[in-house]
Amino acid sequence: MKKLLNDPNQAAAELIDGLVDYYNGSVTKVGPGAIALTEIASDKVALLVGGGTGHEPIYHGLIGPGMADGAACGDIFAAPPPNVILDATRAVNKGQGVLFLYGNYAGDVMNFKIAAQLAAAEGIRVETVLIWDDVASAPPSDKEGRRGIAGLIPIVKLAGAAADKAKDLGELVSLVTLARDNTRSVGVALSPGSIPATGMPTFELDEDSIGIGMGIHGEQGVGVEKMMTAGALADKLVDLILADDLPIGSGDEVLVLINSLGSTTMMECLIVLKRVKAILTEKDIKIYDVLLGPLVTCQEMAGLSISFTKLDDTLKSLWDTPCSSLGYTKL
Amino acid sequence: MSDRTLSPNEVKEMILSICDKIIASEAELSEADRKLGDGDHGLGMQRGFTAAKAQIEALDPKSVGEVFSTTGMALMASMGGASGAVMGMLYQSGGTALNDCEALDAPALSKFLDAARDGVCNLGGAKPGDKTMVDALAGAQEAGQASVGRSLSEAFTAVAAGATDGMEKTKAMIATMGRAKTLGEKSIGHPDPGALSVSIMFNTMNEYVN
Repeated sequence: MKKLLNDPNQAAAELIDGLVDYYNGSVTKVGPGAIALTEIASDKVALLVGGGTGHEPIYHGLIGPGMADGAACGDIFAAPPPNVILDATRAVNKGQGVLFLYGNYAGDVMNFKIAAQLAAAEGIRVETVLIWDDVASAPPSDKEGRRGIAGLIPIVKLAGAAADKAKDLGELVSLVTLARDNTRSVGVALSPGSIPATGMPTFELDEDSIGIGMGIHGEQGVGVEKMMTAGALADKLVDLILADDLPIGSGDEVLVLINSLGSTTMMECLIVLKRVKAILTEKDIKIYDVLLGPLVTCQEMAGLSISFTKLDDTLKSLWDTPCSSLGYTKL
Repeated sequence: MSDRTLSPNEVKEMILSICDKIIASEAELSEADRKLGDGDHGLGMQRGFTAAKAQIEALDPKSVGEVFSTTGMALMASMGGASGAVMGMLYQSGGTALNDCEALDAPALSKFLDAARDGVCNLGGAKPGDKTMVDALAGAQEAGQASVGRSLSEAFTAVAAGATDGMEKTKAMIATMGRAKTLGEKSIGHPDPGALSVSIMFNTMNEYVN
């Protein structure tokens, strides 16, 4: 694997510095692994995201106007430690409290939990909404057992818009919960990514096999199948989402995200999108907006995920506001 | 030997031997994690215990608890991930229970293990049988409780055996927590990497004492 690195063990620290350089002044490093918007409105309810690095542009690339106010970054594929989360929390808190919004992974949950206790001890109000959009990771009756995957992109965008208009932390929590509860995703893995420090693959998959519902770190999904066409795969993935407990049917409007996990090309994503659009049209489900590209990745992992967010009028008005960040910009 | 205790400085030496052992076990731990997780456990542990080593080397400990708590805080701050939180919490909660302890004996070791187990279980919600590091920790804690009336060297031998036994038992278990849980029955046959780390830690303590 040819990979452009200096000291492989410093990959996370170096990419965070590079990210701050990308933002060119609008984002500041407030501690090792902790970054925040340089200017945050003085009366704003704050939105903090975070997670392991190596999945760029998430989560730290989602900082920006109309998006997140700050991010706590861990090492490659590892949750950020409590002290890093606390540094970021202090930086984004403007007295109105902070919403922690992150993917439902054991490491993230534990470290954010410790950080929330440390923040509370300093008098900072913190609430948490976990992202658990992956329908392949647990049955609908066990949402707390589900992983957060690419659905976090529309959820963070909606949350960013909500944080700008929410009058208090409680209102932000209910708007973000609505966005989270209306989002479902499922992925497919074609081949693994690698751990930058070791070059080792994150999982094993036979040359002619694909992992339906496999997670972004290679966590097992619903089954390993033989390689298939883009159209057959799109049918299967859309079926899995529509069979879940969120009713999406005739007359409904959805955001569609086709997310590349890293090396799957835009060509492939577009070919899948064409089939997804045809399936939805046939079911009289209207596409309100489309997001497409490598937004939640795992190095050079091949594969993609499909996410739907079902929109009501509240979510539409949040979606329509502009935002900008490395990961997602809407004019 | 029956009345032997460890001073704060001896506990410091013991922790430094754990640091060296864990740092040297990176490949073994990462390989174990590739069977059940994303293969980064060894790297995280290596990073954590490298940071702990630097802080402990610089520490002039006043109590046994301070050595353990400092180790826990260093692990938590430097590792991140699920393992940083639980490994850090193990040493930090165990150490807090021994804040006033100036000589580690068998009852104090048991007190450390009780608090460590409580701290980890309250944070992560895992129980014995879930195929996590709690299985090895619970094995160590139960052995420690049963050894309160024995010498410190006997207690450490029993605690190490309890941790090893707890780790061995995870091989037959189906993972129900963390990333490994989606493997279901495919997780059978492999030890939990966190339990393996805990077992290495307590066995290294035993080697230091005996």
